[in-house]
Amino acid sequence: MTSTTTPRPPVHQVPEVADDTARAARRRQRRHTLEALAFISPWLIGLAVFTAGPMLASLWLSFTQYDLIESPTWVGMDNYAEALVDPTLHIAMRNTVLFTVLSVPASVVLSLALAVLLRQAHRRTAGFFRTVFYLPAVTPPVAVGVLFLLILNGQVGLLNRVLGWIGIDGPNWTTDPAWILPGIVVMSLWSLGTSVVILYAALLNEPVDLREAAVLDGAGPWTTFRHVTVPTISPALFFVTVVNTIAALQVFTEVYTMYFGSQASSASDAALLYVVYLFQQAFQYLNMGYASAMAWILFLVVLAITLVQLKVGNRLVYYEGGDR
Amino acid sequence: MTAVTTPSAAGHQAPEPTGASAASTARTGRTVLARSRHPGRRHAPWPRRAVVAALLLGASVVFLAPLVWLLSASLKPRPEVFNHRLLPDPVAWQNYVDVFEAVPLALWTLNSVVVGLAAAAAMTVSSALVAFGFAYFRFRGRDALFTVVLATMMLPGVVALIPTFIIWQRLGLVGTQVPLWAGNLFASAFSVFLLRQFFLGIPRELFEAATVDGASSWRLFRSIAVPLSWPALTIVFVLELKASWTDLIRPLIYLQDTALFTLPLGLKVVLDQFGKGGEAEWQLVLAASVIATIPMVLVFFVGQRFFVEGVATAGRKG
Repeated sequence: MTSTTTPRPPVHQVPEVADDTARAARRRQRRHTLEALAFISPWLIGLAVFTAGPMLASLWLSFTQYDLIESPTWVGMDNYAEALVDPTLHIAMRNTVLFTVLSVPASVVLSLALAVLLRQAHRRTAGFFRTVFYLPAVTPPVAVGVLFLLILNGQVGLLNRVLGWIGIDGPNWTTDPAWILPGIVVMSLWSLGTSVVILYAALLNEPVDLREAAVLDGAGPWTTFRHVTVPTISPALFFVTVVNTIAALQVFTEVYTMYFGSQASSASDAALLYVVYLFQQAFQYLNMGYASAMAWILFLVVLAITLVQLKVGNRLVYYEGGDR
Repeated sequence: MTAVTTPSAAGHQAPEPTGASAASTARTGRTVLARSRHPGRRHAPWPRRAVVAALLLGASVVFLAPLVWLLSASLKPRPEVFNHRLLPDPVAWQNYVDVFEAVPLALWTLNSVVVGLAAAAAMTVSSALVAFGFAYFRFRGRDALFTVVLATMMLPGVVALIPTFIIWQRLGLVGTQVPLWAGNLFASAFSVFLLRQFFLGIPRELFEAATVDGASSWRLFRSIAVPLSWPALTIVFVLELKASWTDLIRPLIYLQDTALFTLPLGLKVVLDQFGKGGEAEWQLVLAASVIATIPMVLVFFVGQRFFVEGVATAGRKG
């Protein structure tokens, strides 16, 4: 009885003990498993009711027409066929892809640059600057939207005022359809504090002797950075890229705040992102079936991109301690 | 802010910056101090440190400017909002009085506090239970289940949006604040991951000793795991508080009654009514924006290390 009172599963000890002890051990193990299930039950219920269930439900809804009032009617592939020819959806897709392609590389490179700068500074001053870079990330996105609607304003905005000091006549960021998306990219770069914090934490874990060995071997700063620092932090770099990509494809709040809502704006088309259009279809036009199809298309795209990134990442990312 | 640019830490070392020679010649107490503070780290020559400091200061100005502008403009009288002067003159405190009179901002703040605390508490408690289930117990299928937890972390939230709405609609809870926090009763993948890491760090002998003394697994959770994990629990709490405080899409979908609005939705209403295409009372919109922003900034300053640690942990799982 001595060692079997520990919560370790006693299964492996069963053959060596007498028969009734074995039964008692099995009973304990069953009780142990039941208790474990009780502890994780909130997540199990959540998985069924708020994750797996809704996923399957929305897959089914995507083959129906449903306006929340009448019961859903089966329409087969109609919603997906509609998605192929819906010109507004194509605008939303193009805007979203363009935004992602512009914002993700820029924000990863800029975050890395800021994180490297932070490492060069004293530990304590680095803490201060890290706080400054992270502050925009605790600003509510609606407030960010309000703020940048004004800062990006072509006539009175702060950005064009500053550009004016260096002789640049800034564009109408919030009204000129050609400049609305770049303006949104600028806004997204302001909120990259989370990536900076992650990359800085990764940089602090880089073994100093590794870099010093490279320097002793005559490697310059760029070579050291490229061949020592980047490989060491590549898991974090990879994580930041994946997460930023998934987030960029789903940007909603700031853009909805700036260009949509009760006041229809003429600039809407240029700012129409995928999730904004999905929201309109679902909750303004009550096309739940079509919106569900859009949600599933987005899900499959995100899945595909994540898998490709994982595959590429496996080749590029260096995990300490060999394969994982 | 000036600490980086002061030469005190760097200047004296500049002549002999590297290698054994620095160690032999540097016999001043300051150098010893500097070296011991950064074991294994050599100071760069001062020109490089100056460049780093200048770049960091420049970047900080860029990152702080919008927030400073917001605070300053919110305190300017209506005709001067866009004059871009750093300090408002005269200071229009009246804007804040006006905005609280124009819209139920105090009520929205209260709603945000209540919903945020409920959301954060629900998430912390449920995730702690689930994380303990995965960390302490050993049962068949545990690792497979935990892989599912990790996989759900990558799911785009938008896919579940519509069916989740339909669930709350069927339950008759659309139009109430319940959908804004009740989903958190079922834990989240990230919180479970973070807390499980923490629980795994508790020496198993502690649990085994308590079990010998006849403690139930609930007692192990309540009297050992939870008291030893306040930092991790606080991380989950503040990150969830922030998520709830800044969320627009759920209030937008679930609430119609102005009296139930939280601050982000209230701010959107203020923007549409007083801002663009509206009455052009931008000073009111800006004052409301400050009200929506300040509380979370204060929480961030108080609990900064929890935010930073939580975010950095997210990166380490990569």
